[in-house]
Amino acid sequence: MALSASSCSGGKSGVAANSNEILVGHVGSLTGNEATFGISTENGVKLAFEEINASGGVKGKKLRLLSLDDQGKPEEAATAMTKLVAQNHVAAVLGEVASSRSIAMAPIAQRYQVPMISPTSTNPRVTQTGDYIFRVCFIDPFQGRVMAKFALDTLKAKKVAILRDVKNDYSVGLANFFTETFKAGGGTIVLDESYSAGDSDFKSQLTSIRAQNPDAIFAPGYYGDIALIMKQRVELGIKAPLLGGDGWDSPKLAEIAGSAMDGNYFSNHYSPDSTDPAVAKFVADYKKTYGGAAPDSMAALGYDAAKILADAMNRAKSLSGSDLRDAIAATKDYPAVTGKITLDKDRNAIKSAVVLETADSKYKYLTTVAP
Amino acid sequence: MSKYPALKSLVPLIPWTAAFAVIWLFNRFVANGINPYYFSIIMYAGINIILAVSLNLVNGFTGQFSMGHAGFMAIGAYSSAFFTTQMLAHQPGWMESPLSSFSLFLAAILLGGATAGIAGVIVGLPSLRLKGDYLAIVTLGFGEIIRVVLLNIDAVGGARGMAGIPALTNFAWVYGFVLITLFTITRLIQSRHGRAFLAVREDEIAAEAMGVNTTRAKVRAFVIGAVFAGIAGALFAHQLMYLNPQTFDFNRSFEIIIMVVLGGMGSITGSVAAAVFLTGTREALRPLQEFTKVDFRMVIYSLMLILLMLTRPNGLFGSQEISSILKLKRKKEGARG
Amino acid sequence: MIQFVQHLINGLSLGSIYALIALGYTMVFGILQLINFAHGEVYMLGAFIGMYSARALHLTDRPSIGALVVAMAISMAGTALAGFTIERLAYRPLRKSPRINVLITAVGVSLFLQFSGQLLFGADPKVFPEIYHPGGQWHIGQIMLNPLQLTVFIISILLMLALQTIVYRTRLGRAMRAVSFNHDLASLMGIPTDRVISFTFMLGSALAGAAGVLVGLIYPKIDPLMGTLPGLKAFVAAVLGGIGNVTGAVVGSLILGLSEEFLVGYWAPTFRDALAFALLILILLFKPTGLFGTGRQDKV
Repeated sequence: MALSASSCSGGKSGVAANSNEILVGHVGSLTGNEATFGISTENGVKLAFEEINASGGVKGKKLRLLSLDDQGKPEEAATAMTKLVAQNHVAAVLGEVASSRSIAMAPIAQRYQVPMISPTSTNPRVTQTGDYIFRVCFIDPFQGRVMAKFALDTLKAKKVAILRDVKNDYSVGLANFFTETFKAGGGTIVLDESYSAGDSDFKSQLTSIRAQNPDAIFAPGYYGDIALIMKQRVELGIKAPLLGGDGWDSPKLAEIAGSAMDGNYFSNHYSPDSTDPAVAKFVADYKKTYGGAAPDSMAALGYDAAKILADAMNRAKSLSGSDLRDAIAATKDYPAVTGKITLDKDRNAIKSAVVLETADSKYKYLTTVAP
Repeated sequence: MSKYPALKSLVPLIPWTAAFAVIWLFNRFVANGINPYYFSIIMYAGINIILAVSLNLVNGFTGQFSMGHAGFMAIGAYSSAFFTTQMLAHQPGWMESPLSSFSLFLAAILLGGATAGIAGVIVGLPSLRLKGDYLAIVTLGFGEIIRVVLLNIDAVGGARGMAGIPALTNFAWVYGFVLITLFTITRLIQSRHGRAFLAVREDEIAAEAMGVNTTRAKVRAFVIGAVFAGIAGALFAHQLMYLNPQTFDFNRSFEIIIMVVLGGMGSITGSVAAAVFLTGTREALRPLQEFTKVDFRMVIYSLMLILLMLTRPNGLFGSQEISSILKLKRKKEGARG
Repeated sequence: MIQFVQHLINGLSLGSIYALIALGYTMVFGILQLINFAHGEVYMLGAFIGMYSARALHLTDRPSIGALVVAMAISMAGTALAGFTIERLAYRPLRKSPRINVLITAVGVSLFLQFSGQLLFGADPKVFPEIYHPGGQWHIGQIMLNPLQLTVFIISILLMLALQTIVYRTRLGRAMRAVSFNHDLASLMGIPTDRVISFTFMLGSALAGAAGVLVGLIYPKIDPLMGTLPGLKAFVAAVLGGIGNVTGAVVGSLILGLSEEFLVGYWAPTFRDALAFALLILILLFKPTGLFGTGRQDKV
């Protein structure tokens, strides 16, 4: 490609990697409405890099993280991605959290042949752009299936209402996949309601849902809105539990919703209360590094994505884009915090999900669902 | 020369044609060698020039304060991207030959401009009866309605956004259309229509008394502005390769307004300079943000906007153009010599 | 029927919050013919001041109506000061400038507060402390009434009545109305117009501050961008009722709250944010003076 010939003077102001360092990029929403996502992921990645560097780095070199903010905007994510690959010449890029922004970044990774690993983008579309795009999380069809099965088999629900966030691709996708499986399993969707992220009043939708008297409400949104939905559900005296996905996972959920949080269920990448020593060590290290805050699944997956990248770098013949791509694609049974990770031929992680109950303002582990 | 009046009227076109040739040559021989990061900034700067200059026609020259420019950009972006993705889905061969991909993209851009123009008529006819602050907030409202409607159309991806848009935009397309925008709008302003716009801005009641159909003048300026916003949207869509309704919220409209105000309402030179300057500083300030971990850029821009209004409300260029400044200088020198 | 009554209650509760913000809008617009875009951000500041003062004074230790009043008083004082500062620094120097310049400044102030708020408070949502916590839930059959909603509704009504009294029963109120009618004339009559305008800003901002605390109480998730959309919607409500008119702002807000509630409940929830603007466009096209407004002739 003509582009590789134009490698220019590249970095200025010391961001260019010297020969003892490998530069890795990260794009995340460090400011804006979804700042907690980007910051959690970055924290997880940093923790992983510190551990890797403390134990000798990768191929005798230290990993260095270059983190860029996209303010939660797809066009900013694309520009940040271009900067990382064209100006900073990073070996690989970690990010983004949200599928829409990963989709905006993916064509750039593909065009310049720089491997990109998304820690948490669960929309199937993300990795379809090309063979340089990977993810270390499960995808929405699986997550939707997990919760639909859970509703049918464990809760014995027959009638479910949906409450989706139309502004959020993740929520819309998950609601669709849930509906598919739930209907196929013999359940009925009694009402399909929606809201827009950032709304604060959901009583109108909940009142309509209450009139249908469903057995459960599937609300796959982000924690901020969900916390208010939980509160208003209690205020309206709705008994049916809320079901949701990994977007619920944040320490803020308990903070905002308080006791209204109890008695609902969501699928997640891992349970921080797991007795697995690897998880326990990660949770303890994270709390120590970041002043006592418990890691949410964004942090755990950021950590895993960084670890898998480092593992692939160690295995790769060289750090060129294509060698690194092949090494990442060959990841098999990697013992990550969020479970054993194997990447399939579509570059998606095959791994199990857990279902958690929100009880006593904490998460209670219920079950693990294998893929 | 005076024997051929038709030829003489072509003389002013010479610099424009020359500029086209330069852009074509640059695209052919230089553009590929530029660092892709800087290159993408150059592309966005060009798109912002089209947006700022076209908004200036409405806000600056006609004095109708619109705050919904991002809505028209969105319509242009979505309609053109829908067109190209559909065409490619049914006729994958279109991308193969340069001629067919050229005509496909040209059609897509014109379609983007046309749909945005139609939306401009629909929005402009009722709302331009309003004045000042009311017009501002109604156009803002229309912009938001457009965004919410896009969010609800599943055929263009809704909240998922629209992915898989072919990368058709290149240097020649963007700067070719920058030239076309500049050419059209400068010629327009010097025309009879343009004087009607200025008359409306200076004093609407007086303009009406002089026989200017003020509503028609306002709608005309508004629609032309919308068409160019649509064209900018089409170029944007095929540059980013991905569209999401959130990209076109009112903050995007504010960004364009900041460019127009900074450059000077009523100065095309100013809009061009401000669009380039702000697109550039946005990226130039990025290292600062990496260092401080917070986003200072919008704080700086908003503060700049306030200070500008307090100290230099006419913006950097006022209503001056680079050409008139040069002419004035030449005149002075001539007088001296 | 049950559902309808529940929607009605929800809508009124939502409307009463829009009303508190709309009152500030309508007063400022009435006196300066300026859409104070920053008004929504003043409301956001009110919520944050409420949160920080509640934390600093440990108001959560003994949640009570007293604690709520204290937090509201501090917040109202803080936002009044903010309103005064904004008017003094950003709007007053532009008194003689074209209206468009003031409008641009207002947009600038709004953006400045949004983004410096993100620097100052952090961009992630914060939890508003529980400073008042009326027990239990009242319900008649399936119709639920949160006592908190009722408290907020009553406080809103009280604040509106207080405002009504100030505007129509005091000397200062008369001065405000005079300035709103005609600046130059008012100043010729010996009214200190600048001081009256400052006072109007402070009053409107204080109401927005109270709204911030009350909203924080009902929806305990606050963030620096929370003011933008409610701010715009409150403006729509003010226009709906007839800009510059106190009763109109309240009625307009209740109409907006109810129509949003019913739109979401019965028809098309995804168009919620478009509704306010659609209403605005319709009202400006067909009855630009609003429901209670009086016409104003354009002068040459």
